[in-house]
Amino acid sequence: MANKVIYAVYEDPELLKSAARKLVTAGVKVRDVFSPFPVHGLDPIIGIKRTRIAIASFMFGITGTSLALLGMYYMMIYDWPMNIGGKPNNYFYQNLPAFIPVTFEFTVLCAAHGMALTYLIRNKTLPGMPARNPDPRSTDDKFIMELRTEDNHGHSAEAMTSMLRETTVFEINERQC
Amino acid sequence: MHSESSLRTPLILGHRTYHDITHDIVSPIENKAPRAWYVLLTIAALIAAYGVGCILYLVSKGIGTWGLNKTVDWAWDITNFVWWVGIGHAGTLISAVLLLFRQRWRMAINRSAEAMTIFAVIMAATFPMIHMGRIWLAYWVFPLPNQFGSLWVNFNSPLLWDVFAISTYFSVSVVFWYIGLIPDFATIRDRVVKPWQKKMYGLLAFGWTGNAKAWTRFEEVSLVLAGLATPLVFSVHSVVSFDFATSVVPGWHTTIFPPYFVSGAVFSGFAMVQTLLLIMRKVMKLESYVTIKHIEYMNIVIIVTGSIVGVAYITELFISWYGGVEYESYAFINRATGPYWWSYWAMMTCNVISPQLFWVRSWRRNLMFTFVMSIVVNIGMWFERFVIIVTSLHRDYLPSSWTLFHPTWVDAGVFVGTIGIFFTLYLLFARYFPVLALNELKSILKTSGESYKQEQAKQPHHH
Repeated sequence: MANKVIYAVYEDPELLKSAARKLVTAGVKVRDVFSPFPVHGLDPIIGIKRTRIAIASFMFGITGTSLALLGMYYMMIYDWPMNIGGKPNNYFYQNLPAFIPVTFEFTVLCAAHGMALTYLIRNKTLPGMPARNPDPRSTDDKFIMELRTEDNHGHSAEAMTSMLRETTVFEINERQC
Repeated sequence: MHSESSLRTPLILGHRTYHDITHDIVSPIENKAPRAWYVLLTIAALIAAYGVGCILYLVSKGIGTWGLNKTVDWAWDITNFVWWVGIGHAGTLISAVLLLFRQRWRMAINRSAEAMTIFAVIMAATFPMIHMGRIWLAYWVFPLPNQFGSLWVNFNSPLLWDVFAISTYFSVSVVFWYIGLIPDFATIRDRVVKPWQKKMYGLLAFGWTGNAKAWTRFEEVSLVLAGLATPLVFSVHSVVSFDFATSVVPGWHTTIFPPYFVSGAVFSGFAMVQTLLLIMRKVMKLESYVTIKHIEYMNIVIIVTGSIVGVAYITELFISWYGGVEYESYAFINRATGPYWWSYWAMMTCNVISPQLFWVRSWRRNLMFTFVMSIVVNIGMWFERFVIIVTSLHRDYLPSSWTLFHPTWVDAGVFVGTIGIFFTLYLLFARYFPVLALNELKSILKTSGESYKQEQAKQPHHH
């Protein structure tokens, strides 16, 4: 039997959420949800873990801090120390106060851009990528739940469809895949 | 579902559905531009072209074509730089600081305010670069290995901190803005029918799908970027103020500068947002999204920051007397009574007295009054920087070199030209980009929309 994918289209995030809760309680696995804006409280229902992107940002940030301090030590103290206004660059710790603004800016620069790049790559959103949402209405006003038969061996496509019909669904589309 | 107190004023007026929001924001992009847009764009582009001409003339002749002299060696160029950077502070403040404070009213104005920020920072960056004289060597401000030693840039100098602050601020603002734009470009991509529009917005949307995990990441990235951008926005104008505060010029050498500059920046930034939004909501018929309440909220920010600026001016005056340094007191007496008294009093009137008029509720809710005031505030803030820079320099320690600054037509042409370039960029943005954050507005529609709030109020309460 060929695998099937079912798209259940809802008109409101709350309706979709209660439908998802009902299906998951019955043991159905929801593959994904496509929506025009974030649906708060959906992730725990369909089993999506919290993103670790903030940790990545922190890593990029401390990399920036270290690079900035190392670079300024090398350029100002080690490679070409200068006497500026009677204040010689002899020791790193003496000069540290003057290095704080650039250290801060470079930390933010690395944290922000590192995180943004990670975000784009992890979401597979990069220039030239094709659109992969199943229905163009999902970026306008429809909330679409995706169910697949290959994820749900305990339930037939017909059984899932009839479960969906009991919810306040707007439209159900079934496709072979 | 999150619900909002019925006492709060609705942020989206009338009855709107999710589809109506898409339609209201995207249809101006699909349809032909109104005649007013072409008229405004033509005017702005002509002024911009004149400005570009002045800049080219300046670069080819050298900065001797400005009115600078041996005593006043910084004048309109730095005034304009600080003015534009200040204007560029509202966008990130609205999108980052107000996001952290969970202010939902920011959602109708953040997109256009961020665009304004980016264009204003581009205009600001123009001035130090053309002031270098040899603009083709502008990359020397970065610590690049070179064949002079290697001779490095001076990390002890506030001017270099400024390079890092402005370039970080600019690039992070662009990223913050674009990450918010991606889902909205996807909405446009899925809606437009003309092939070239579909292709263009498809490219800009980066293949956005709007699946659950992508939205989770989107919210996390927005929050973390807001957390990073908040100290960034405060650092940028603090660093700009260090350019002056770390010198030993009377009138510049003050510790109050960083907070004073930051609040002045927010003050002028919000004024510019008002100027632009009041025109845009009218031309693009966005009255149900950018409501009188939004205008009022921004005017309240203007009262608060304007009052901080006023307190700073008075503190500066007090300290110049209390500090007992005669050069310092002279600098301030000279500001108020010297040959540039008119610019000092223009600054005082526009920045200290005029925002206090917004304490009257009906005035701060009046669109015409707000529009006039927004321009008055920005004139005042330009004079503030002029007063700080030129009046502190023109009478230095050596009375024989005391002089005045006379701007040339190149000074004026470059300044007016940047206003033209700024408006040209903004008009192009308003025509081709989603001017309101669609996805964010949709997410607050059912809690802050007028008709939904009325329905909710009718229902019996349950706890």
